[in-house]
Amino acid sequence: MSFYGVELGSRLLLGTARYPSPAILADAVKASGAEVVTVSLRREAGRERGGQTFWSFIRGLGLRVLPNTAGCHTVKEAVTTAHMARELFDTPWIKLEVIRDDETLQPDVFGLVEAARVLAEDGFEVFPYTTEDLAVADRLVEAGCRVLMPWGAPIGSARGLNNVYGLKALRAHFPEIPLVVDAGLGVPSHAAAAMELGYDAVLLNTAVAEAGDSVEMARAFAIAVEAGRMAFRARPMEPRDMAVPSTPMIGRAALGDRDRVIEAR
Amino acid sequence: MLISVNGERHELNAETLDAALTALGYGNAKIATAVNGRFVAATLRERTRLSDGDQVEVVAPMQGG
Repeated sequence: MSFYGVELGSRLLLGTARYPSPAILADAVKASGAEVVTVSLRREAGRERGGQTFWSFIRGLGLRVLPNTAGCHTVKEAVTTAHMARELFDTPWIKLEVIRDDETLQPDVFGLVEAARVLAEDGFEVFPYTTEDLAVADRLVEAGCRVLMPWGAPIGSARGLNNVYGLKALRAHFPEIPLVVDAGLGVPSHAAAAMELGYDAVLLNTAVAEAGDSVEMARAFAIAVEAGRMAFRARPMEPRDMAVPSTPMIGRAALGDRDRVIEAR
Repeated sequence: MLISVNGERHELNAETLDAALTALGYGNAKIATAVNGRFVAATLRERTRLSDGDQVEVVAPMQGG
């Protein structure tokens, strides 16, 4: 799997927020096998060194970072934040978030497309956090996005895949574009389900960070992502409405009253 | 000169963004900056003159999802 020409072995991208401690974050990242972690940026006062400490910590992990524009509500905010992130983290990658609704953190897809176009023209490699809407996805690709990241459910909700039909349609419509389910996953089976649909990867944060045991949960998600991918490659059977006996009926001994009725006909 | 830095007002004797950051104690910290909502690259801070009432934003790496 590759994003913008960068080959990756792991199909799990992990967020770095809300962990009980930096040590647990580091252990969870290791257990997840993730090669990409998401990061953000926030105001820092002159003599504070919180951001500097975090940056040293992230560099110590030796992984690729995907900065986000979390908290941005306008194109201008998102574009300025992306520029600051590119300089800080020295990467053209940007997880583009333009949020419309504070309750659901639903993306402002109109602002998202506009910001994606501005950034792509400026050399950014945009990972747009979007809905599963096909037309919006098409616009994002037109704008220059070569990765799409539809939500499974609202950020931090742990609801899983709210619209499997929509996600399947997106996969079918964009066979060549790397698709990542981003947000809303709560348990490993949600991640496995996304991968079984043929998604290329999943991005999650809260489900691991807020689990009772973040490290164990990170490992569980890693296994689920791999299992889901294997299942997709193995081409699952289609569901059907009626039962089909798995054990062959030919040669079965006739032992019951029902058999005698059938044989008498 | 009165400028706003991350939403807080500061009376500074600094003509440029670079001088203001030094006065505020950022030193060689890993930060990114914007003035009045526009990104200012590190290489341009020395050349970026500040005016009374300017709004400066200074950000650093942070945990994110």
